[in-house]
Amino acid sequence: MRNHSPPGIDVRALADGALELRLSGEWTLGALAESLAALQQHLARHASVKKVNWNCLNIAALDSTGAMLLWRAWRRSLPQLLQASPEQLAIFERIAAADRERSGLMPASQRFAWLLSIGTGALRLFRHVSDFTSLIGRLLLDIAYLVRHPSAIPWREISANMYKSGVRSMPVTALVGFLIGVVLSFLSALQLRNFGADIYIINIVGLGIIRELGPLLVAVLVAGRSGSAMTAQLGVMRVTDEIDALAAMGVSRSQRLILPKVVALAVTMPLLVLWTTAIALIGGMVSAQIQLDISYGYFIATLPRAVAVSNLWIGLSKGLVFGILVGLIACHFGLRVRPNTESLSANTTASVVTAITLVILADAVFAIVMREIGLRV
Amino acid sequence: MSVISIRDLSFRYEGEWICRGINIEVERGDMVALVGGSGCGKTTLLQLLIGLLTPTEGEILLFDEPLFGGGEVRERALRRRFGVLFQHGALFSALSVYDNIAFPLRELRRLDVGLIHDLVMLKLSMVELLPRHALMMPAELSGGMAKRVALARALALEPELLLLDEPTSGLDPDRSDSFVHLIRTLGRELGLTVVFVTHDLESMAELATRVAVLAEQRILAIGSVEEILGLDHPFIRNFFFSERSQRILKAH
Repeated sequence: MRNHSPPGIDVRALADGALELRLSGEWTLGALAESLAALQQHLARHASVKKVNWNCLNIAALDSTGAMLLWRAWRRSLPQLLQASPEQLAIFERIAAADRERSGLMPASQRFAWLLSIGTGALRLFRHVSDFTSLIGRLLLDIAYLVRHPSAIPWREISANMYKSGVRSMPVTALVGFLIGVVLSFLSALQLRNFGADIYIINIVGLGIIRELGPLLVAVLVAGRSGSAMTAQLGVMRVTDEIDALAAMGVSRSQRLILPKVVALAVTMPLLVLWTTAIALIGGMVSAQIQLDISYGYFIATLPRAVAVSNLWIGLSKGLVFGILVGLIACHFGLRVRPNTESLSANTTASVVTAITLVILADAVFAIVMREIGLRV
Repeated sequence: MSVISIRDLSFRYEGEWICRGINIEVERGDMVALVGGSGCGKTTLLQLLIGLLTPTEGEILLFDEPLFGGGEVRERALRRRFGVLFQHGALFSALSVYDNIAFPLRELRRLDVGLIHDLVMLKLSMVELLPRHALMMPAELSGGMAKRVALARALALEPELLLLDEPTSGLDPDRSDSFVHLIRTLGRELGLTVVFVTHDLESMAELATRVAVLAEQRILAIGSVEEILGLDHPFIRNFFFSERSQRILKAH
């Protein structure tokens, strides 16, 4: 490692009562970093004295950090008594030039920061709502166009998206569904046995999974799995100008990128709900058989009587609505990505969180609207 | 003391020799251009110099010290003595121009906020950018401005050696001229040693005090522009004596 000769300050009193400050050593970033605070104090103490003769001629090396340190001690102007070489003066001149340019930059007033943050928050929310609405409008127009021009329907993209977000999700939704079915059935069985109401396990597990848990589970999993992937894909395409390239080729981004995603999720989500619900019921059945000795045959035979078929339709229509919601939100945030890494990660996070929150909100709306249907047997 | 000395350097990548037996000495204050056709390993050589790749054989000394070994503290201190300007700027896209330049200064963990602010503003003015540009994000910058910001960041730690990868690529001739001029002025004022990779003859002729020609996995020749032009070798003839190259070189 290179050894710096440390920066030094040598003070001596001159005959006329003035001070001479003889600076020596290396005044460079590398040498200064060690003793910066002490040097700054030392310089400030001497700079406040009226008559000081600054002698820089013994400085071995001066870079802009060293010069800036002196400049700040001198309160941003050359001192009256200064001995310096032409090279050193050139460095100070460069700093002075930078200072002159800088006068325009003033920090914004912070007095009404709270008002500002409320205002920007409200504006941002408004922009989200208006962008989201125009996204829906754009898609409706696209659908109207495609109905009139069926040859332009992007079948390949829709099919690819259905495979990616539907078929590839089947293992994970099945695993989670099965486990939830087992756990729900197990916990209910423990309670029901206390009351001797074993037989109601079929009502509880059947209704809970078909009407509520199945659709919600699938929506949460798909939002985390496919929604985030869609946001990131659109976001990266924005960053790399691929979306602009598509537009330049006359390919509609909403028809080719967004519509296939939303349509694919709208088709696959009800199917995934059906699949996951079935697996979860099997999990519940297994648990009920082990815990309460309810046979598979009896479980399957009793299920249609315990749970009205309208509940299945509610579950499937929830799947449809949740699928469209997750797709729309993923695309909405994907299109908001600005070309930098921070924005990409922030929007992907926001996409997943918003999708899950809105899905649960929609689920609550479903619960209220459908309260008269399928609950009384 | 030589700033860079490369001794018998060879590098193999995926079973293929990119360069073999390279020897270069760079003295303080030199401005060395590495030229050569596309894909001849110029950028690889630069990456070896920075320490992003490790040589297969041979060694590289920067400021008479080996690039690797001797503990993390020494390695880090050595890396602070050179600045690198990457081909596309490699600015941190999530940070503003100000934070990009302040980043290496903050990494030192020794400087206070006020001093960092003053230094960033000084570097900005040194690369001829205005204070209002400090608040812009890299995505909002034009190609030329991004290169200037990247240069300011490379200069933040007061390096003695500046390594530039294609400093003029992607710039129009006008911008390219003014950027080369800026590098030359700053290089002289700050007493920098500059090594730059280029395939742009104009910036080479403008900036270089010495030229190293890379071809056939080795250094074909190294010397002043005139000396290189005096050599008789098929590659040099092709590279420097094409019609376009002649037009450019005559103008200088």
